[in-house]
Amino acid sequence: MNPPRLSIAFLFLLSWLGVFAQTQFGGFRELLGVPFSILPALIAYSALTHGLWTTTALAVATGLWVDSLSASKLGVSVAPHFFVALLLHLRSHLILRDQRYAQFWIGFGSGTAIHVLVLLLLSAGQREPLNGWATFWQIPLMSLMNGIACPAAFILFDALGLAFDYRPVTQSSFRSDRQTVRGRHDRIH
Amino acid sequence: MLKRPHYLALGGTLVLLLALLNLPASVAERLKLVVSGSFLPLFGLRSATHSFLDRASYQLLPRSVLIEELVKARKEISDLQANLLQSQDAIGENARLRAALGNPPKGPWNRRFARVIGRDSTTWWRTLRIDLGSRDGIQPNQVVMTAAGLVGRVSQVGLTHSDVALVGDAECGVSVVVRETRDQGIIKAGQASSSEGGFVELSLLQNSPDVMAGQTILTSGLGGVFPSGIPVGVIQDSRAMEGGLFTTARVRLSAALNRLEEVWVLQP
Repeated sequence: MNPPRLSIAFLFLLSWLGVFAQTQFGGFRELLGVPFSILPALIAYSALTHGLWTTTALAVATGLWVDSLSASKLGVSVAPHFFVALLLHLRSHLILRDQRYAQFWIGFGSGTAIHVLVLLLLSAGQREPLNGWATFWQIPLMSLMNGIACPAAFILFDALGLAFDYRPVTQSSFRSDRQTVRGRHDRIH
Repeated sequence: MLKRPHYLALGGTLVLLLALLNLPASVAERLKLVVSGSFLPLFGLRSATHSFLDRASYQLLPRSVLIEELVKARKEISDLQANLLQSQDAIGENARLRAALGNPPKGPWNRRFARVIGRDSTTWWRTLRIDLGSRDGIQPNQVVMTAAGLVGRVSQVGLTHSDVALVGDAECGVSVVVRETRDQGIIKAGQASSSEGGFVELSLLQNSPDVMAGQTILTSGLGGVFPSGIPVGVIQDSRAMEGGLFTTARVRLSAALNRLEEVWVLQP
């Protein structure tokens, strides 16, 4: 398996586990009032470092996975994930993605945008989602989690790349055809 | 600047989205079960890990603690047996009175133990998932409760798991009665965060000045889903609304919905 494919497989695996994690950790949810959320950060990471089709597939799969473990209508979460991913992918050349603070704000912004868009779409449906004053606490908190998760994703995938990628062979300054041989009759090749 | 691949991705996703959102409800539910089936290995792993940890903790418990628990359990059993004797007399009397009035007799609750294996992946709904499904005889609308009180009703059933809409979710309206005053009302959907500690809003059907904090809310049996007499919660505070036309109250739920590990499903 070549490294980009490994990276893509790992990205999908992490998203799958991230969706499952959102349904677990009851203590965390009870303490903070929100589920464990890192998916927008992974979508943002994918949009900035991977191709369009990988990012699209990840956004669609993540949206479907989230809806399948929720009471939301199947497909509602796909659109917010995809539009945020597409927007980031289109502007990826303008974003300082190697800077940690930029990664933080990209994760934070993606978290906010995706959660607000999902809430708006759900509100437009037949069933009124649970929202109230607590929403003003929940969305910033989930955005903060994604703000932290985004640089963490960059660090993790960089480490994965270093661990599994073929490293480039370092060029030595020594060249045999430029060797100077000292002797009675000095000759320089 | 959008290029051809971007248009293709955008168009493909929009078509998929429109197809999904316009699916008939039954097909969408089945598709949802298929997609959520990809998480079955993780749910299985979670259950296995919990069972292993439970067994390990039992083996690590010191003998003195076990003996202490045994003595406590024996005392509780003897207390409950005394209560049962007293209750059986009341149950018999109730059955005779119901028969005299021509009402059908109330059968005992047929409880099925279930483990909670997950919660809703979003914050926008109040649902959880249990480890019993259609192969265990679970059907939609069966009542879910704990020893403390009402939890909700089964909203969706898969082969090996079911989703439960909790009290306070939009899918789980409950017709209730105030035990002390017999005032009737409905539990509405409402936001409950950790800071609010599991509150729901009760709308009473008429202005009820006698309703006050500390009174107990029970299911009324109206609506046909929930049998009567299941504890729902305790009134925290109440206020008159719409110029005194009706009363609303904040109710603290009896069952700790955020900390549920095991529940009972009531089966016919």
